[in-house]
Amino acid sequence: MLFTSYEFIAFLGGLFILYYILPKKCQWVLLLIGSAVFYAWAGLRFLAYIGITTVTTWFAAVRIGAIQATGNAFYDAHKKEMDKDARKAYKAGIKKKTRVWFLACLLLNLGILAVIKYTDFVIDNINAIFSAEISFLSFALPMGISFYTFKSMGYLIDVYRNKAEAQGNLAKFALFVSFFPQIIQGPISRYNKLSETLYAQHAFDPLQIRRGLLRIAWGFFKKLVIADRLLVAVKTLAGSPEEYQGAYVVLIILFYAIELYADFTGGIDITIGVGEIFGIQMEENFITPYFSKNINEYWTRWHITMGTWFKDYIFYPLSVSQPMLKLSKWSRDHMGKAVGKRVTVYIANIVVWFATGLWHGAAWNFIVWGMLNCVVTVASYEMEPLYKKFHAALPATNRGWYNVFQMFRTFWLMGAIRILDVYRNVPTSFKQVGSIFTTGGWGSIFSADIAKLGLTGPDYTVLFIGCVLMIAVSVVRYRQKDDIRANIEACGTVAVTAVILALVFAVLIFGAYGVGYDASQFIYNQF
Amino acid sequence: MKKRIIAIVAALAVFCAGFWFFQRLLMPKYINDIIEGRLIADYYDNAGGNDVIFIGDCECYENISPIKMWEDYGITSYIRGSAQQLIWQSYYLLEETLEYETPDVVVFNVLSMKYNEPQNEAYNRLTLDGMKWSSSKVGSIKASMTEEESFLSYVFPLLRYHARWSELSGEDWEYMFKTKRSFHQGYLMRVDVRPVTTYPSKRPLTDYQFGSTAYEYLDKITALCKEKGVELVLMKAPSISPVWYDEWEAQIEDYAAENGLKYINFLELLDEVGIDFNTDTYDNGLHLNLSGAEKMAVYFGRYLQQECGIADHRNDPEIAAVWQEKVDFYHQMEADQYRELEEYGYLKSYGGRPVTEEGK
Repeated sequence: MLFTSYEFIAFLGGLFILYYILPKKCQWVLLLIGSAVFYAWAGLRFLAYIGITTVTTWFAAVRIGAIQATGNAFYDAHKKEMDKDARKAYKAGIKKKTRVWFLACLLLNLGILAVIKYTDFVIDNINAIFSAEISFLSFALPMGISFYTFKSMGYLIDVYRNKAEAQGNLAKFALFVSFFPQIIQGPISRYNKLSETLYAQHAFDPLQIRRGLLRIAWGFFKKLVIADRLLVAVKTLAGSPEEYQGAYVVLIILFYAIELYADFTGGIDITIGVGEIFGIQMEENFITPYFSKNINEYWTRWHITMGTWFKDYIFYPLSVSQPMLKLSKWSRDHMGKAVGKRVTVYIANIVVWFATGLWHGAAWNFIVWGMLNCVVTVASYEMEPLYKKFHAALPATNRGWYNVFQMFRTFWLMGAIRILDVYRNVPTSFKQVGSIFTTGGWGSIFSADIAKLGLTGPDYTVLFIGCVLMIAVSVVRYRQKDDIRANIEACGTVAVTAVILALVFAVLIFGAYGVGYDASQFIYNQF
Repeated sequence: MKKRIIAIVAALAVFCAGFWFFQRLLMPKYINDIIEGRLIADYYDNAGGNDVIFIGDCECYENISPIKMWEDYGITSYIRGSAQQLIWQSYYLLEETLEYETPDVVVFNVLSMKYNEPQNEAYNRLTLDGMKWSSSKVGSIKASMTEEESFLSYVFPLLRYHARWSELSGEDWEYMFKTKRSFHQGYLMRVDVRPVTTYPSKRPLTDYQFGSTAYEYLDKITALCKEKGVELVLMKAPSISPVWYDEWEAQIEDYAAENGLKYINFLELLDEVGIDFNTDTYDNGLHLNLSGAEKMAVYFGRYLQQECGIADHRNDPEIAAVWQEKVDFYHQMEADQYRELEEYGYLKSYGGRPVTEEGK
């Protein structure tokens, strides 16, 4: 059930009415039923996968929680009787007991993800390297498997680390894992945060509902009016790399940057808006990423929950793990302080970016994309002293115009790396980027040839207006803590309603949907 | 609370009004181009009092002149035809028509027997959009939809036609709440001539057997007519393209014989009807022009009176008065088309194209 399908609109409408008609204590149960229906819509057989992850994670977390509770109670009662070593040994014993459950559950669920998502990729590489002819297994990918697996494993790690309490109610935990607005493309919520509102009872709050509807309408606008319209041109350009080189590659970088942003943030707007109409708050996943001045800032603004997941659950634990600490010490001793301190950070970075690339898809283009991000991140880190000197020597570079230049530079740099996602082929991607410097064609993209990309003059006009609106909304968000809805709400109820209606009609009329349009999934559905 | 309800109702009212407005604006009007898109809706202004109802595809609405049939025989008739009308659409149109009136005879053109499954969204729209909402329309939509279509887009055509925003013209504004009179009891008049130069060859088919769905709906048409006490006549119009195979002919003859139905294949009666494809077609033999359609009306009118006993209503002053107005409009359009032909060399306002363009 795509967010942009008629079925979803009807499903959401029905659920919304029931949510506020039924007694409040039934609300979370209704959301669980709704999530099950939403998930089953993609295929009943997929319920088994998410079911296994839900049950095993819940059970392991409950066991871990129970061991910790019993152990801690015993420890508190008897710690006075134990000396320091005994206390340490006792705590280690508890940790050991919980680690068995933790590792078993982690390996099982990451194993399911790995087998389903990456087996064919491994087979493909084995076939290529050893000229073998192993048949592909072609597993059907359960909807949102990467998202719900990461969400569940995040919860398991938090319980294991004593940062979250195990949820004793399986049904409530099932709702956390399968909460339907998030299942397709995140955000990858943390249990502690989401559970605060997910299981709470929510009264009918018109203000909150209007806010949610506004966000949903804006999400649909970005997805259907901008992203899906641009998709036509992106497909044309990406489909004939031999024909569209040079300046066209610059054009596709620009178009894809807009399309991906409108598509992904549009989906997240719908997700967050849907949560809001049910009174459930979710964290932001994007905060004006294209206004980032460098790659590090970019990754704190783009797909934030994924970035923090990798940081909290892979980067930091890896950096402070025993082998890495030993390596760090060894490096400092043998390579000097400056190099030594970098070794473990860079290794952790490489692992994280490799995993991030692989998370996006089982293909070399995603892995290379991840590693390129790693290279740029490391290069930025290495060049920091140079930047400091540069800014000190030229104080003018701390002013606004230089910030704009930095945003411009980061936008195109990230766009150029993202080209690997466009062509889905590593050599082609590099060849195409290379053609920017070897092939001209700048005249073509400013001529009537641009109409051959499947978009008409009126389409470009709609896109231009849509992009201007997106930029305006982003500028407001960049300059203030809250989003533009606060400004609209300040103008009164009529203004909010008028904006919602205007967006709805803009989507209905200018949206790229229905017969004649190639219905497209949200891009991040595939990850 | 009261204020809140009023606000919600007001917002919904604005939404509904806006939706309705944009839907009216964006739906195609079929005023000067593809005017057959208005044929189905045209019936509701002329429903009732017809002796004969023709149902079928373009071989019906372009090949027979009901006005000529009235002038020569006093037979009142209407053609419920539409472009590439599929047999299930014919059935549901007939079902709907029989809710409005009970004619003596229903004539069904059998060309659509060759289709056994939904074909084309654009043609579906030409038939289905014009129908008024009824269980017949719902049935017809469900039977006709291709995989890419959704039922909801028939309920709310804005969802289908929203992309027309970039091609809106003055016509869309002018005809938002009205339409133009263009047809003569479902007949689409063309007076121009484009003779047959080559006859289409009969490309062999792998399977000549009509499909089970086609037969199912032919059975339904037959049963419906029997139930309503209406005589069903099967017809194959005298269009030479698309080709009509002997194997198809045999199946229809067998069906007619088995069900006690009259069947006339006009392709075998060209000389008797007087059809001359040098003068009686406007598009190489696909459809007849006015001259051909009137010849068909003369022959068929006589047949209907002699074989089916249809009465002559010309002496009924009430009916005659109503039909006189139709006759006047008919001849007025005929004269106007001849004027345009003389002035421009083609039917500029009636869907014609300059000869050089047509020759492409």
